[in-house]
Amino acid sequence: MLSKDNSPVLVVLQMTGGNDYLNSVIPYNDPMYYDYRPTVGIAQEDVLPLDDQVGFHPEMASLKNIFDAGDMAVIHGVGYENSPRSHFRSMDIWHTCEPDTLGTEGWLGKVVREIDPSKENVVTAVSMGPSMFRALSLPGVPVACIPDLDNYGLMTNVSSYEQRERILERYKRLYGPAVGTGPVMDFLGQTGIDALAGSDILKLAPQKYHSSVEYADNTISQKLRSVAQIHLAGLGTRVFYLDHGSFDSHSNQVGMHDKLLTSMSRAIQDFFEDLRAHNAADNVIMLVFSEFGRRTYDNGSGTDHGAAGATFVIGDAVTGGQYSEYPSIKPEDLQQGDPVPNIDFRGVYSTIIEDWLGIDPIPIVGGTFEKPAVFN
Amino acid sequence: MRQDSNGALIAHLMRRAGFGARRDELEEHSTKGYEKIVEELLDPEPDGGVDIHDLYRYQPWAWKPGTVYGMGHTPWVYRMLNTNAPLQEKMTVFWHGIFATGVSKVDHYDEITDMVDMFREKGLGKFREIVLGVAKNPAMIYWLDNNENHPDRVNENWGRELLELFTMGVSNYTEDDVRECSRAFTGWSFAPKLPRFPIARFDWEFEFRPNDHDYTDKSFLGHTGNLDGDEIIDIILEQPATAIFIARHLYNFFVADEAQVPAWSVTSPADRAAIEDITTVLYKSDYDLTATLRFVFNSDFFKEALYAKVKSPVDVFIGTLRFVGGSEFPGPGIGNLSRQVGYMGQELLNPPSVEGWHTGAEWVNSGSIMSRTNFFTDMISDTSRPGVEEICNLLQERGSLSPEELVDGCLDMLGPLNVSKETRDELVEHAASGGPVVWGQNGERDIMVERLTEMLQLIVALRDYQFA
Repeated sequence: MLSKDNSPVLVVLQMTGGNDYLNSVIPYNDPMYYDYRPTVGIAQEDVLPLDDQVGFHPEMASLKNIFDAGDMAVIHGVGYENSPRSHFRSMDIWHTCEPDTLGTEGWLGKVVREIDPSKENVVTAVSMGPSMFRALSLPGVPVACIPDLDNYGLMTNVSSYEQRERILERYKRLYGPAVGTGPVMDFLGQTGIDALAGSDILKLAPQKYHSSVEYADNTISQKLRSVAQIHLAGLGTRVFYLDHGSFDSHSNQVGMHDKLLTSMSRAIQDFFEDLRAHNAADNVIMLVFSEFGRRTYDNGSGTDHGAAGATFVIGDAVTGGQYSEYPSIKPEDLQQGDPVPNIDFRGVYSTIIEDWLGIDPIPIVGGTFEKPAVFN
Repeated sequence: MRQDSNGALIAHLMRRAGFGARRDELEEHSTKGYEKIVEELLDPEPDGGVDIHDLYRYQPWAWKPGTVYGMGHTPWVYRMLNTNAPLQEKMTVFWHGIFATGVSKVDHYDEITDMVDMFREKGLGKFREIVLGVAKNPAMIYWLDNNENHPDRVNENWGRELLELFTMGVSNYTEDDVRECSRAFTGWSFAPKLPRFPIARFDWEFEFRPNDHDYTDKSFLGHTGNLDGDEIIDIILEQPATAIFIARHLYNFFVADEAQVPAWSVTSPADRAAIEDITTVLYKSDYDLTATLRFVFNSDFFKEALYAKVKSPVDVFIGTLRFVGGSEFPGPGIGNLSRQVGYMGQELLNPPSVEGWHTGAEWVNSGSIMSRTNFFTDMISDTSRPGVEEICNLLQERGSLSPEELVDGCLDMLGPLNVSKETRDELVEHAASGGPVVWGQNGERDIMVERLTEMLQLIVALRDYQFA
């Protein structure tokens, strides 16, 4: 177990919209792949081979470097039975681990409750974006939702610094216990003070930060830069959540998918380089997932909703390599035109919860699932 | 004109039966009398005077947004911002909260919007029509798997939630009733969903499939026979538990925050007498919502419940935008603006589950309090918005203001809002630090307006302002 200052940190990067597995980790030696994909198929010579069967999309060169350095686990065929092929439903399943009923409690909400049961730190969980992801949602678990770290906080629209300080000073007094008149008022008071405390803590992060790594000027890079800033400020944040997309490439996939992969791969590489340069990488891993993969054959322009996908786990602590099996794409093995998942996503979560965060995964994911051993 | 207690009461009615009212609306209302306003609210014109095509003309994507994420509720937001029949929209929100159906599973905004449109049309009518409309709504059928409910393989999802979450509440029926109820709804399905690609999405339609219906006898809550769904609904409405359940929902939504719905079977209402009275009116009027709401709004328990509810995100978002004005036009940005209500914790057409949203204090957490506070303070300090400009002008008409007069004037304009002595003292101290407000020309006026909007910002950030 790591010491407290060096407690394990999890960054979750959600590829929203359904990332095309077959064009991210490409079975380039299988002629069927090219039969299925006359429009969006990636030419064999452009693939970045991981072995003699599969390889990365050419725009994933930065991730290929990480893979080659042994810091990236590629987990094949991740999903669950009977993919509904609905973005909303499938995302819900990934977020709540409830494939059969409609769940409301997020798996990471439960993780955060285990990490910080007495809510000592209001920034244990940080969500990069204006609204909270359902994965983090659990009544009573505070989550800081940050659309923009540089302008995060209460009443940031107040342009004059003096005026804002004056208002916030008064706000603190008005939300203090002396003015409370009942349980709901007390609750609101505490919540307001928590929010202010969270923003006071977090606003220090960019001020403390210096780095020679130059992130690209796009959303995913800037979000990961903010994650790096918060992590490097040592605020005790243990779970970060962010998304990238949309990967919903029904049409014009060539170009669109390339761009998403380029920006994501570069952002991830820069992020880990930044952490390493600050000697703060060894306690951070990143989980990269999407709610489903896409259809085996293309539709003349893009690909439709599918089932099995690839999940990546990245970090110095990760034992790099390929895990699970690449699902068969033989016509007789497809279900509704899609490769069938052969490892349950809840097993991937279980590995991270148990072997990285040191928490019992069974009550969180709702059972026991095969765990890919990416931390051995 | 300062608001007297009658004005405060009318403002209360408009916050609850609508989305609040601007000062000019309140003054117009105060000449009519409270009961007359209640009658106007209960007798809306269809669609509240909104022509939804105005929105589609400027924002064509808002017509049938299908699966485009985060766009589905823009037409509804547009209606709420522009309606002249706020109670009609408020009831639509009420029913959506009970018959909670979401794109998280339905994967298609248009179908749920059809249900919301039905609530708008029938929401102030008879409950029976509403339940029946929901039972035949394709989004609900898909949401609760009634299309998978067959005589030989009964799926109880819809049958159970109909009893547990939509009408009677848990502990008022047996597991056998759930099963028999579900059997009665076999064959209530929708026209087949075509593959979305490459054909694109087709609207669904209710379809009764006689071959998939169970015609054998069922025994449900003491009635036996070849019952179908219509008859099940009739039997449900005969149950006093149903009237009590809807009475508690109405009380929680319109009067005062109550325990969350799942706790109702073990938690008594805070005001038993009020619930009994609402129950009686519901039952005797054959579940007529107009008659029942007329009773509620004219009752003492309603009139005494000022600021007894935490504002929902819809209250915050729509109430604020209607108050400050300037967002009525379906211009660019209405889609992004509409998403704010989701950031505050109430993503319309995507409730967290079939249980709907938890209400009251549960609307607030450290994330949502920041979203709502920032939204309030952004809007109330924007002097380009007509509602804010009007407040500045009205206060300027009062001439020079002492710190007390500034605070009381702002509290009056924003409610009227009553705050504790300690809170008022803090606000007065804040106002006093800048000295009295003396309106001068140009430059001086700008400084006074800035002081005024600073006070408005402080007040909308108050805990007290989180209540409706």
